[in-house]
Amino acid sequence: MSETVKNTLLFALVGGLILLTGFMQSWNTAILIVNMGLISAIMAIGVNLQWGFAGLFNVGVMGFVALGGLAVVLVSTPPTPGAWTAGGYGILLALLLGAATVVAAVMAARKLPKGRTQTLAIIAILVVGFFVYRAVFDPSVAAVEAIDPAVAGNIGGLNLPVLLAWPAGGLLAAGAAWLIGKTALGLRSDYLAIATLGIAEIIIAIMKNEDWLARGVKNVYGIPRPTPFVGYEIDLQSDPSFVERAASLGLDPVTASTLWVKTGYAFLFLVVLLVLLWMAQMALKSPWGRMMRAIRDNEVAAEAMGKDVTRRHLQIFVLGSAICGIAGAMMTTLDGQLTPSAYQPLRFTFLVWVMVIVGGSGNNFGSVLGAFLIWFLWVQVEPIGLWLMDLITAGMPDGSALKTHLVESAAHMRLFTMGLILLIVLRFSPRGLIPEK
Amino acid sequence: MDLLNALVALANFVIVPAVAYGSQLALGALGVTLIYGILRFSNFAHGDTMAFGAMIAVLVTWGFQAAGVTFGPLPTALLALPFAILGCIALVLITDRLVYRFYRDQKAKPVILVIVSMGVMFILNGLVRFIIGPDDQRFSDGARFLISARDFKALTGLREGLAIKTSQGITVIVAVVAVALLFWFLNKTRTGKSMRAYSDNEDLALLSGINPERVVMITWIIVAALATTAGVLYGLDKSFKPFVYFQLLLPIFASAIVGGLGNPIGAIAGGFIIAFSEVTITYAWKKVLVYLLPDSLEPSGLVQLLSTDYKFAVSFVILLIVLLFKPTGLFKGKAV
Repeated sequence: MSETVKNTLLFALVGGLILLTGFMQSWNTAILIVNMGLISAIMAIGVNLQWGFAGLFNVGVMGFVALGGLAVVLVSTPPTPGAWTAGGYGILLALLLGAATVVAAVMAARKLPKGRTQTLAIIAILVVGFFVYRAVFDPSVAAVEAIDPAVAGNIGGLNLPVLLAWPAGGLLAAGAAWLIGKTALGLRSDYLAIATLGIAEIIIAIMKNEDWLARGVKNVYGIPRPTPFVGYEIDLQSDPSFVERAASLGLDPVTASTLWVKTGYAFLFLVVLLVLLWMAQMALKSPWGRMMRAIRDNEVAAEAMGKDVTRRHLQIFVLGSAICGIAGAMMTTLDGQLTPSAYQPLRFTFLVWVMVIVGGSGNNFGSVLGAFLIWFLWVQVEPIGLWLMDLITAGMPDGSALKTHLVESAAHMRLFTMGLILLIVLRFSPRGLIPEK
Repeated sequence: MDLLNALVALANFVIVPAVAYGSQLALGALGVTLIYGILRFSNFAHGDTMAFGAMIAVLVTWGFQAAGVTFGPLPTALLALPFAILGCIALVLITDRLVYRFYRDQKAKPVILVIVSMGVMFILNGLVRFIIGPDDQRFSDGARFLISARDFKALTGLREGLAIKTSQGITVIVAVVAVALLFWFLNKTRTGKSMRAYSDNEDLALLSGINPERVVMITWIIVAALATTAGVLYGLDKSFKPFVYFQLLLPIFASAIVGGLGNPIGAIAGGFIIAFSEVTITYAWKKVLVYLLPDSLEPSGLVQLLSTDYKFAVSFVILLIVLLFKPTGLFKGKAV
């Protein structure tokens, strides 16, 4: 069996599983799996760029995804009336002052001669800078958060089309990745892992607590949709020609409208995925991609050939993180809301890693396949687990403590299954379903 | 008098909690650092190993409580600790046999082992949630305070009270005992010396006839004991919640790296550095400053440098500073 045939069969198999979901459960579930599968595939391409091409171990995917979501709010929602004059500029000024403090401290560290004076100067700059920053920041934040806290209390966004938020999400994630890469790259691989794990937690903490930014845990609802590509169900249902077409397919207008909206998203996401996939493939085949893999396989040799390993690592780290940011922006657009407490590392970081490794690290098509397959399993393991538990506990008397416990615990089968799949693939097929060429 | 009040307030809100938290972090970081020294990878499953050990302790404690067995004023969980350690040892040895040994024989790259430990983390996380559920579980009993704030005030006549929870006292005592035992083992016994030799230079150790599988097994046993102890102490002090143990991974790794990965003394120092910075930076200093400053200078705000929600940021920033200026950690670790 040739490789192309095998890979086509694998993709067909996953497609078949999703179609089966459509026939057996509902088409809404099936399309939702496709939508999230597309987004996961983009995240997986980003991680594959870092891990598969360059061997960088990034466990902060969640943070970059969340930054993408934040970008959606900051770009596409309407600005809160009066927030900018009340404190928005003050906050901006405070942030600039904070950045200036850090820059000044770095300058002092570089320019002043080493010794006690230098240490004292750095500490003085940081302490004074911190209190100045807080003195400007705190009142501005209080002013912004006081504006209509039940529905706003944040500075709002730029009121631009939501599609623009996707590249903006990528840029935001790229900025964060540059900062973290600058410090942690060039050290041993485990350190990058810990550093990215940390930055992801901090990004989530900031998004949960800085209410002026995106309302924190109060969440932002009603993010605009990417019209005209994706409309609103209500408009469709009141459109007589749509109702007529739905009826001719034997669907009631409500179901038809939800399906139509989801299909619209799927189409948009597919376009983004194809563009990114094409770019990733081109990068892989280019001299740049070959250089990356050479660095991955033998850093010392690549360095001896005159390649600047740390710089190249930083480059690909920023690129991969930006792709995760784009995916995050798309996901928030699909959800129509930003809920910072929904970001869980196991779901957003480690699951993407399972996708990449199961699919085949180093192979972009493998990542896409892995993303669809693992996302399908992630959704379906719960009902399967429940079914299994019902089967196991069928003989037990109703209301027994063990039975209730087992049935309730079925929901936690997911993590267990994902871990098991990861370990089995790593052990018996470490190159994944579609290995690197 | 004001100075005394300030000192007591400082001890009550900063020193006592930080010492207890630091001991818990130190025990966790010791486990991470030992795995790093002997097995040469960063074990991402460590937080969940702690959760697993603590979970067994919770279950055994409930069993004891149901059977009417208690430990007087001390928490019953201390009686359950040996059982929990045994259970955790069984778990890590099985995991090593089924999962890690294969990669060791293959001489896989460390980063592969890290990914493998990620898979183990998933499984343990699922297992713990499956058995005990994702919610908060309380299992502490016995006397709540060694000395309560009210008693302290009555005793000394000061305006500020000093409360020391039983769990905090136990944490420090157990941690001191555990660390003393560990260092005695590493420095005085033959097995401990062979472990250090293996950690320093694997090939040389093999040449001198040290059995690597035995060293690895003993390492896992020690790590399981340390992780369970840390997990139970943390659970007694705060409460048992599986997800919190996963989140502890960051400060624990920060402690181990700040001290120097692979260096046990560094791990302990790192644990206390991280704990003290976290507590001092997120503490609202107003209560202490009120006594120290004249009335005219009394602070209007809380004088809290960072909100407690950002405590992870503190360990992270310290980690970054150390990585930037001294990548091998404060006490020469082995990683570069």
